[in-house]
Amino acid sequence: MADTKIVVDCSTGEVSEIELTAEEVAQRAADAKAYADAKAAEDADKAAKAADKAALLEKLGISEDEAKLLLG
Amino acid sequence: MPTTFTKIASVSVGVLGAASIDFSSIPSTYTDLVLKISARTTRVDFSDAISLSINGSSANQTSRYLEGGGTAAGSGSLSSFRTQASAATSTSNTFGNSEFYIPNYAGSNNKSASSDGVSENNATSASAWLVANLWSQTAAINQLTITDLNSATFVQYTTATLYGIKNS
Repeated sequence: MADTKIVVDCSTGEVSEIELTAEEVAQRAADAKAYADAKAAEDADKAAKAADKAALLEKLGISEDEAKLLLG
Repeated sequence: MPTTFTKIASVSVGVLGAASIDFSSIPSTYTDLVLKISARTTRVDFSDAISLSINGSSANQTSRYLEGGGTAAGSGSLSSFRTQASAATSTSNTFGNSEFYIPNYAGSNNKSASSDGVSENNATSASAWLVANLWSQTAAINQLTITDLNSATFVQYTTATLYGIKNS
């Protein structure tokens, strides 16, 4: 599919289908990379926290449900 | 009876698809905006992340989200106004549903927005998002652009409709 954008002018109702400029294509790729990097960092952070939690439960010798009982 | 919910504009993507959908020159004559999106993208997955740029930029956006997938729930923070679309491997011809509600969009304070969205899939894996968004800018909102965060393309029949809300 072509890299186009749809633009709706709300003041006139006119709808235009416009091919992306080279700058817009580059920006789109940069935005996607930034999102992928941010998501990878967030996923890694979540995985690290989950691993820390599992290690602590192991150290205490209790299950997650038992930990919830203790904190409840 | 006063008109409280007015369609400002609506667009449906054509056969060539679209990288983004842009509502420009949004009038400032309403109190709130509602943007409803029915979307499916070319991303090879069961769901896709789409976002909203404001006045031509995705900067100065922060959000907190709650999400549910087929097997787990989660939460976190983002630097975008985020919601969901169906994608290439979700059930054929299904489209995700999303809504952004933007109160006081033409005011001179920072702008908040709430959004909810789901991808549609007749399978275990699907995705639902509930998001509290903040745009830390005081300018009136006059442009909203729907983009795909994974650089995929919106497929034919993806639809977006912008409504204006006022109390009289």
